[in-house]
Amino acid sequence: MASTAHDHAHDGHDAHDHHDHKPPFFTRWFCSTNHKDIGTLYLIFGSIGGIIGLILSMIMRAQLAHPGSQIVADGQTWNTIITVHGLAMIFLSVMPSLIGGFGNWFVPLMIGAPDMAFPRLNNISFWLMPPAAILVLIGLFRNEAGAGWTLYAPLSNATYQPGWGADCVLFAVHLLGISSLLGAINFITTIFNMRAPGMTLHKMPLFVWSVLVTAFLLLLSVPVLAAAITMLITDRNFGTSFFEVAGGGDPVLFQHLFWFFGHPEVYIMILPAFGIISHIISTFSRKPVFGYLGMAYAMVAIGAVGFVVWAHHMYLSGIEVDTRAYFMAATMVIAVPTGVKIFSWIATMWGGSIELKLPMVWAIGFIFVFTVGGVTGVVLSNAGLDVALHNTYYVVAHFHYVLSLGAVFGMFAGFYYWIGKMSGYQYPEKLGHLQFWLLFIGVNLTFFPMHFSGLSGMPRRYPDYPEAFAGWNMISSIGAWFSAASAVVWLIVIFRTFTAKQKVADNQWGEGATTLEWTLSSPPPFHCFEELPRIR
Amino acid sequence: MVFVGPMQFLRRLTASANQKRGQAARSGGAITRFMLALAFLPLLDGTALAQKPKEWEMNLQPAFSPVAESIHSLHNFVLIIITVITIFVGILLVLVMMKFNHRANPTPSQTSHHTGLEIAWTIVPALILVAIAIPSFRLVYFQDRTQDADMTLKVIAHQWNWEYNYPDHGGLNFISSVLPDDDAKKAGKLRLLDVDNEVVLPVGKNVRILTSSTEVIHSFFIPSLGVQRYAIPGRTIETWVKINAPGMYYGQCNQICGKDHSRMPIAIRAVSQAEFDAWLVDAKKKFASNDPADRQAVARQLAALDQIQR
Repeated sequence: MASTAHDHAHDGHDAHDHHDHKPPFFTRWFCSTNHKDIGTLYLIFGSIGGIIGLILSMIMRAQLAHPGSQIVADGQTWNTIITVHGLAMIFLSVMPSLIGGFGNWFVPLMIGAPDMAFPRLNNISFWLMPPAAILVLIGLFRNEAGAGWTLYAPLSNATYQPGWGADCVLFAVHLLGISSLLGAINFITTIFNMRAPGMTLHKMPLFVWSVLVTAFLLLLSVPVLAAAITMLITDRNFGTSFFEVAGGGDPVLFQHLFWFFGHPEVYIMILPAFGIISHIISTFSRKPVFGYLGMAYAMVAIGAVGFVVWAHHMYLSGIEVDTRAYFMAATMVIAVPTGVKIFSWIATMWGGSIELKLPMVWAIGFIFVFTVGGVTGVVLSNAGLDVALHNTYYVVAHFHYVLSLGAVFGMFAGFYYWIGKMSGYQYPEKLGHLQFWLLFIGVNLTFFPMHFSGLSGMPRRYPDYPEAFAGWNMISSIGAWFSAASAVVWLIVIFRTFTAKQKVADNQWGEGATTLEWTLSSPPPFHCFEELPRIR
Repeated sequence: MVFVGPMQFLRRLTASANQKRGQAARSGGAITRFMLALAFLPLLDGTALAQKPKEWEMNLQPAFSPVAESIHSLHNFVLIIITVITIFVGILLVLVMMKFNHRANPTPSQTSHHTGLEIAWTIVPALILVAIAIPSFRLVYFQDRTQDADMTLKVIAHQWNWEYNYPDHGGLNFISSVLPDDDAKKAGKLRLLDVDNEVVLPVGKNVRILTSSTEVIHSFFIPSLGVQRYAIPGRTIETWVKINAPGMYYGQCNQICGKDHSRMPIAIRAVSQAEFDAWLVDAKKKFASNDPADRQAVARQLAALDQIQR
């Protein structure tokens, strides 16, 4: 873990006086080349994307509250809603918040760099996202994107999703992919070339490690998605038949290409959260992270193995039995580095002096829900059991435990950990605890019963279901209201933080917070680290 | 391929176990059926056994095929392991929150390494995974396909119904669609589960199932029989089932396939061989009106699908 040399510590307030002349509004926010401003834009964008995804999920839970419901009477509308819910949560909320938002804000600060390596590229990365969001929403409002977020051909081809709304969604995925790719190049270059003197890779904060691994995953997986989407677009519009059986194509090819991207994608969403959680656990236990190197290389291992497990999403697609056996074995292997992370977090707390401040509460909540989601992953990795569980609500429960709870808890943990640093203002502690408990109760009420309806055989992506599944679905829908209430409380938290204007200290968490961002003022000066810090 | 060597080894390793299991299932069939019938006697309210999802069900639907039984036993085994792990992590979290709270422990230790501990929490989970993997490999190979099929059922998925073909019984061919909600209610049938034409299969026979589709991807899923395979256009995918007891077995399409994804259930009626033979006679008459040209087209299509697959 990096520790700073205080004799060379940067005097934030001094810098504030000299370098804080910010550009005018339009130039500052629309032509920004400042990593902190771009990070802020990403965080705002991610919050809006999350609210869109949440509204769609509330419509879904309302429809599913009881069987025979007519809120979303049309199946195509239903399919479009679930598709856009998935795309919005993944591409418009979790990725922009964790990678674009916290990544942009804190990777340069944590490695002592003045900015990202390519500031203009960084600006393009962000500004590709709003048009992509608009294209996705066009698909939603034209009701023409009903293929599921996995976009499986042939359901996504021109015969079964006619209309240009579906093409808009495909182009949106292209734009989002380019945005991620440019961001990944930027992060890799920044982390490899712009670390402060003395900060070797093995002294780099774990959040930076997590973003580095994430950036490599993006760099290697997004081009494959881009290829698949391009083939789909030409199949739809230019008469090719990559995935058309009648023309000698193969729908299963799309699944291979999609999941070659799609599986690393789930680690892309969770790894930055791993990094954030490590810092929070260490800060509030007032102890260095336990097994730092093991933690860093566990993330590298998860990323590497994550590239050779994609067909565990395709056990039922008619792949050969030996191939299924291989993918099952490879998938199970991922449980080992994941276990290392869980136990190392607990060992970090062991012997510590734990203060249960809000970010720590989110982090401990994260460890628990991620464990629940992780162990059901071991069940689903099993090609034999997958026959009974594939595409059921058990899968929905599993990936919401690791993402809707895991990644989202990581996002809120990061928000409360760093909002003082980013804004300079203290968040309201009690209101924040209320938000935590509302969300913790809400998501568990929503997603835990889904294990039961899944085991019982309820298929996912159903707008209506046999009466027998009514009980657990009603509980899930009640839980959704707690989560919605939590989102409202969170908006109040933001409002109160910025209106109460209660100043925080430069290092509000005290001696446990050892990374470089805490040596700067809160908020940090517009330009920081003009004199590079030295790392012991 | 790099993996062929070890995989063949694994296949040999698991083959003998599967053979034994198969024999046991065959010889113990009658006893198993009797025991099952006994176990579910309270549920038999005069009608035949119906395997459908139940209200507030918390585990897998009861198993009625050798594969489903194997899925159950493996799932129960893994469920115990994952529950213990989750409770263990939960207890540790509560423990550290109480024991190492800043009030209870004002000065933190600065320990950040313990090689023994780190090796332990790498090796122990790996060993647990090996313990899970061995029965898992056995199950994967066991459920893959049957070596000695007594008959074949071809399942062709459409938007939004299932077409069933019995190639060993004169190519009997019919389409099975969901009952409209009102009709199901009037007839006292299950909404979104009961169909107009049920698939009828003999009990205790090894049935080879071949799935395919004519337009988009669907999934042929019957939870209580441990059967699920995608139905993909241009491909024929093989699996198998041996139904343990007579009764109704319900399933649903399980891969998003368009607007009526939730309205293409699967209903299988399992009967004795004698009843099956009697049903065949009736069914051939009932579905004889299916245009023979259509049936020839279907046969040609199936042959073409087989060509693509093999």
